[in-house]
Amino acid sequence: MAPSWSLSSALKGMFARKTIDDDTWSDLEDALISADFGPDITDSIVDELRASVAKYRTTDPADLQRMLRETLEERLARLDPTLHLSARPAVVLVVGVNGVGKTTTIGKFAKFLTNYGRTVVVGAADTFRAAAVEQLATWAERGGAAIVKPQAQGQDPASVAFQTVELAQREGIEIVLIDTAGRLQTKSGLMDELGKIRRVLEKQVEIAEVLLVLDATTGQNGLAQAEAFIEHAGVTGLVLTKLDGSAKGGFVLAVQEKTGIPIKLVGQGEGINDLTGFTPHVFVQGLVG
Amino acid sequence: MAIFGNLTDRLAETFKNLRGKGKLSPADVDGTVREIRRALLDADVALEVVKEFTGRVRERALGDEVSKALNPAQQVVQIVNDELVAILGGEARRIQFAKVAPTVIMLAGLQGAGKTTLAGKLAKWLAADNHTPLLVAADLQRPNAVTQLQVVGEQAGVPVFAPEPGNGKGDPVRVAKDALKFAKQKQYDVVIVDTAGRLGVDAELMKQASNIRKAIDPDEVLFVIDAMIGQDAVTTARAFQDGVDFTGVVLSKLDGDARGGAALSVASVTGRPILFASTGEGLDDFEPFYPDRMASRILDLGDILTLIETAQKNFDEEESRKVAEKFATDSFTLEDFLGQMQQLKNMGSIKNMLGMLPGAKGMRQQLDNFDESEITRTEAIIQSMTLQERRVPKLLNGSRRVRIARGSGTTVTEVNALVNRFDQAAKMMKTVAKGGMPQMPGMGPIPGAKFGGAKQLPQKKKGSKSGNPAKRAAENAALAAGTPVASAAKGSGFGLGSKPGGPTEEELASLQKFLGR
Repeated sequence: MAPSWSLSSALKGMFARKTIDDDTWSDLEDALISADFGPDITDSIVDELRASVAKYRTTDPADLQRMLRETLEERLARLDPTLHLSARPAVVLVVGVNGVGKTTTIGKFAKFLTNYGRTVVVGAADTFRAAAVEQLATWAERGGAAIVKPQAQGQDPASVAFQTVELAQREGIEIVLIDTAGRLQTKSGLMDELGKIRRVLEKQVEIAEVLLVLDATTGQNGLAQAEAFIEHAGVTGLVLTKLDGSAKGGFVLAVQEKTGIPIKLVGQGEGINDLTGFTPHVFVQGLVG
Repeated sequence: MAIFGNLTDRLAETFKNLRGKGKLSPADVDGTVREIRRALLDADVALEVVKEFTGRVRERALGDEVSKALNPAQQVVQIVNDELVAILGGEARRIQFAKVAPTVIMLAGLQGAGKTTLAGKLAKWLAADNHTPLLVAADLQRPNAVTQLQVVGEQAGVPVFAPEPGNGKGDPVRVAKDALKFAKQKQYDVVIVDTAGRLGVDAELMKQASNIRKAIDPDEVLFVIDAMIGQDAVTTARAFQDGVDFTGVVLSKLDGDARGGAALSVASVTGRPILFASTGEGLDDFEPFYPDRMASRILDLGDILTLIETAQKNFDEEESRKVAEKFATDSFTLEDFLGQMQQLKNMGSIKNMLGMLPGAKGMRQQLDNFDESEITRTEAIIQSMTLQERRVPKLLNGSRRVRIARGSGTTVTEVNALVNRFDQAAKMMKTVAKGGMPQMPGMGPIPGAKFGGAKQLPQKKKGSKSGNPAKRAAENAALAAGTPVASAAKGSGFGLGSKPGGPTEEELASLQKFLGR
């Protein structure tokens, strides 16, 4: 197996050198680009660091490492990652493109919430993909949540969502998680469908959170995804999945900076307990080392 | 929108600066290479691939092999195009079928790359090609992956071999082996094995995939990769190459607006060809991958070949010939107009088609604003007419138009506009069909080659001799309307007939008839 690339290992060699020279800067640039920060953010970080290094007149790479960590932490911590689930029922709509792990995330999230003693119901509004409902049912069972399934194949997802919230209101279930079908942000018909689900739900209750699930291995296209979903679904938070791969997730900073939407949850493995809240400090520690 | 569209935009921007320069200086090349580097990085092409790529482009651009016949921009486009095609795999490769059936195809890839859906697409594609594929559910990991494959198989009309229920139970290696036996027994000639998605770093699952590979000795191992993947593409591809040693790549989710740099990265790093591209959620959204076409697409040379193929598949030749005849004999009616429009719709999204045209990338904004429902509305209007009205649009008086507008849910203005458009189109088409030139507003008639200089002199005498320009123009107009031969032969080059009126299309047409054209 190929050794997996990581930003921290790429940086280690760099920070072990004696002084900061031109190579350091070009290596740093390469490392950041390889970590999916994208050319724009990379340029801005490198410029910022160059300025600080000049300001403090340091030549010690260890200082640079600390500065990099601080810069990233500061940038990531600009937005508030708290989930707002105080409404009853608190309705959470989960959206994203195909194959990012929406259904899995919902399973983990349900477990996460039941661990805190909350009652949860999930709505299988992904009526499109083959066997998505069954997949969600399996996860719901593992996560200890109730599930509302569509009565017929290809039922309008908005109606499934409606029924889920109705059930929650009737039975006093605290948190409602709605799974939606994956859709590429370029399919305007499908994006409009999301708008409809939103409108239908808003007639019943205020939607607490709209979470956009992003695959940490996604490149700069994550930006386009985020923008489209923000426009159509009114995203309030990001969920980052598959961080356990050899992924580097640098693009998350790009997405967060360009869209102003905070990361609220991160998924780090295939186990049901591998979903946690987002802490910039820990994230950066993992990224930079 | 078009695949790789954004990368194309970036490169187009880069080359704009190069256009109009006589020759390439090292400084020009450096600047261009920097721009290409940036464009590729923005398109998620892996850094090491970008470095290598730009290095080669730079070397070649400065080298001696540069053609003197091309201008600098063309040179760089040429070089970049060559290199892109080379990396993307040169010639297109197809699936290699085993000499002795069954051919075994194994699918591997990351979670969520689209393996299961792709299995269905591939099966359907093979079935349409007179193969008898069998789908094998060897993804026993993901909840209900087996069920999903069964549903997909049903949609594709292909049998699924699924002895284990999945959800973590069962041994995928045994399933794969049993499937082979089953296929031999039942005479299936292609076996498609869907395996569990895995993360590049998950040694255990990678070992499982490698065990499956050893057990069934597949003829093709296809690595399915998401076109949206970022810099990680290289690591992932390497991990899979070391783990299961795939023989070909399938690019999925190419219908999104991802720039698809992963295609370049994976092909370049592993040296394995890309065999297929998956371009949508329907089971038919699947096509062979053409490296040369993709490279042309990146460079905005247009994807003419795909366009032509699409058109050929959907356009009824017989129908077209009939219509051309109708144009020529002046019997083109709104009914035919409707038929044409419906044929156009069959070809798929007009936006997609326009996107394939060279140079169309620059109009992306306009393309996005293009409203396809306009066609549907037009259709509704025509369908609200009686057959008689469709054949003889002249019948359409005020009250008929009001009725049509109500029937089609539009307004009378829209109906009027449609009728006007139809009239104009019919006139223009008629002229074209007869070999004439359509008249462009403001240009005056374009004299055919037959009316050469010999006839011009007597013409001049026929023009008004009035010293008052307005009067002269008016008189000439009258002259033109009265004597078609004279007016058509009178070139606008005289400065006399260059007024925007000119002879009408009918006159032009009848003139041509008159001249025995």
